[in-house]
Amino acid sequence: MSMREVFHRPEALADVATHYCPGCDHGIVHRLVAEAIDELGVRDSTIGVAPVGCAVFAYNYWSVDMVQAAHGRAPAVATGIKRVRPNDTVFTYQGDGDLAAIGTAEIVHAAARRENITVIFINNSVYGMTSGQMAPTTLLGQVTTTTPGGRDPQRHGFPIRVTELLNALEGPVYLARTAVNTPKNLNVTKKAIRAAFECQIKGQGFSLVEVLSTCPSAWGLNPVECVGWLENNLIPHYPLGVVREPAATPKEEVAVGAR
Amino acid sequence: MKILMEGNEAIAEAAVRAGCRAYFGYPITPQTQIIEYLAKRMPEVGGVVLQAESEVASINMVYGAAAAGARVMTSSSSPGISLMCEGLSYLAGAELPCLIVNVMRAGPGLGGILPSQADYWQATRGGGHGGYRSLVLAPSSVQECVDLMKLGFDKADEYRNPVLILADGLLGQMMEPVELPELCETSSANKPWAATGLHGRSHHNIINSLDTVPERLERHCLHLEDKYRQIASAEVRHETFGDSDARVVVVAYGTVARIVRSAVERARAEGMKVAMVRPISLWPFPSVGIDEASKAAERMLVVEMNAGQMVDDVRLAVHDRVPVRFYGRQGGMVCSVREVFEQIVALYKEVPEYVHA
Ligand SMILES: Cc1ncc(C[n+]2csc(CCOP(=O)(O)OP(=O)(O)O)c2C)c(N)n1
Ligand code: SF4
Repeated sequence: MSMREVFHRPEALADVATHYCPGCDHGIVHRLVAEAIDELGVRDSTIGVAPVGCAVFAYNYWSVDMVQAAHGRAPAVATGIKRVRPNDTVFTYQGDGDLAAIGTAEIVHAAARRENITVIFINNSVYGMTSGQMAPTTLLGQVTTTTPGGRDPQRHGFPIRVTELLNALEGPVYLARTAVNTPKNLNVTKKAIRAAFECQIKGQGFSLVEVLSTCPSAWGLNPVECVGWLENNLIPHYPLGVVREPAATPKEEVAVGAR
Repeated sequence: MKILMEGNEAIAEAAVRAGCRAYFGYPITPQTQIIEYLAKRMPEVGGVVLQAESEVASINMVYGAAAAGARVMTSSSSPGISLMCEGLSYLAGAELPCLIVNVMRAGPGLGGILPSQADYWQATRGGGHGGYRSLVLAPSSVQECVDLMKLGFDKADEYRNPVLILADGLLGQMMEPVELPELCETSSANKPWAATGLHGRSHHNIINSLDTVPERLERHCLHLEDKYRQIASAEVRHETFGDSDARVVVVAYGTVARIVRSAVERARAEGMKVAMVRPISLWPFPSVGIDEASKAAERMLVVEMNAGQMVDDVRLAVHDRVPVRFYGRQGGMVCSVREVFEQIVALYKEVPEYVHA
């Protein structure tokens, strides 16, 4: 009997167990990043930057050279790496607290400089690592440990749409928001991550993929319920699609259906 | 051949000559000339200069470039260094070599743009969290700025540790003749630990300061402690001047040391037995040198452009065996030779009473 391999570990994914909770999307996105690195043949020349957040141990999960950055500073760290090693592929992997709260200045300016790096941005609408506080992406009404009565715009302000915010800048070359809730969207995310890395490899400049992700632990839902919550709440507020591509003019939006 | 150069520009040129090919910084008086000079100079040697969005970003860019094996630096002045302290702690924790220049200005807060030495505690005690050390070098002339830049970069690489050049605003702005060293190149090839991309290497390098296993983190801390002990024993630098049997010993660093030296010379010319010690490394502190220079001393005087910071280290150095007095000016005010001379005279007059009391 012959066996057909249907699933294998990408070379860029280290052969170690991750610490993520069951049903967490971090692991899925790690895999997609590894597949893109393998397919583009850049594993040997890639340097990744890990954030502070649940993905802090990501330096162990990819079999490429890795640098751990202070909370929110990954785009600045990646800039330093890229500027002295312009021929290598440099990416950051950041959560929404890391990227859109404490690291807002660093991401905005890396994007504005058209820094030739790739950013994988995990938007799970909460601080996972510190167990479920409000994030800059927390939806209005959403209950977190620091918004026990739900996020109230009067007191806590409004959620930030990072992809749209960065789309107001001239700098970015590729901006997309995706999700990994269905097999189809998994493929879309994979394509987007690949396209983002390709921008960098071609020397075109700053690329970012925002991936809407689940956090079963902080959301207090099981993995299946999480998918439903993401579809009913996150996606409507954070529309999926590629909003900036190398060929497109800065303001042009390419609408892609939500699912 | 000597050429006339302003301190800030000499620091910048010395960095290039020392093989530094990456600079990240944010403008702040009184050291903005460093980034302006390098903006023109770095491209000539194929180096990188980037004006960051903040000092927080600059130091993290330095962290990235250092992680990738580059000889890299930043420079700033007091308020900017405060913002860099988080990054400094990470650099020390991840054992990344880099050089940071602080051309100090008066504080606290926004303070003023005129010279000061009020960041001594911040520099020598770490500044950031977690209990780490940086090698701190304090030049007192433009030539010494040049010399300490090369030394600083070399020591940073040798110990895989941040090195701080602590200068004051006077040094940054003053013009003096300097002898510049030859231009040299460095490469990341001798940094096998660096995150340079695999390029054929079989294991992946990880630059990191996190360890959630306390036994391992303690081992890392002990390793750092051991390294700091090595630095403390091998990298003390100071200069002594004056009488070996001095009754009054004055301690000062940076430009203040030049003023103090003139005052000491004048006191000696008037027949007083006086000496001075000028720490060049502020950490490690030349405690032994100060202790030895003060064997016969009956009074010590510490002169600083602050409210008294190094004075604590001098007291520790002499184990409070000798009364240690302090004279300081603040807010950008610089002491004069006459002021220091009068302090020496006053102390000298105190001595007999003290001895016979
Ligand atoms: C300077 C600093 N402030 C706060 C923290 C604590 N902290 C660790 S992770 C985190 C939030 C991370 O949330 P996010 O970026 O959304 O990532 P997730 O854990 O959800 O993947 C915080 C506040 C820290 N490590 N450093
Ligand atoms: S806390 Fe949330 S984001 Fe963190 S690992 Fe668990 S599910 Fe994932």
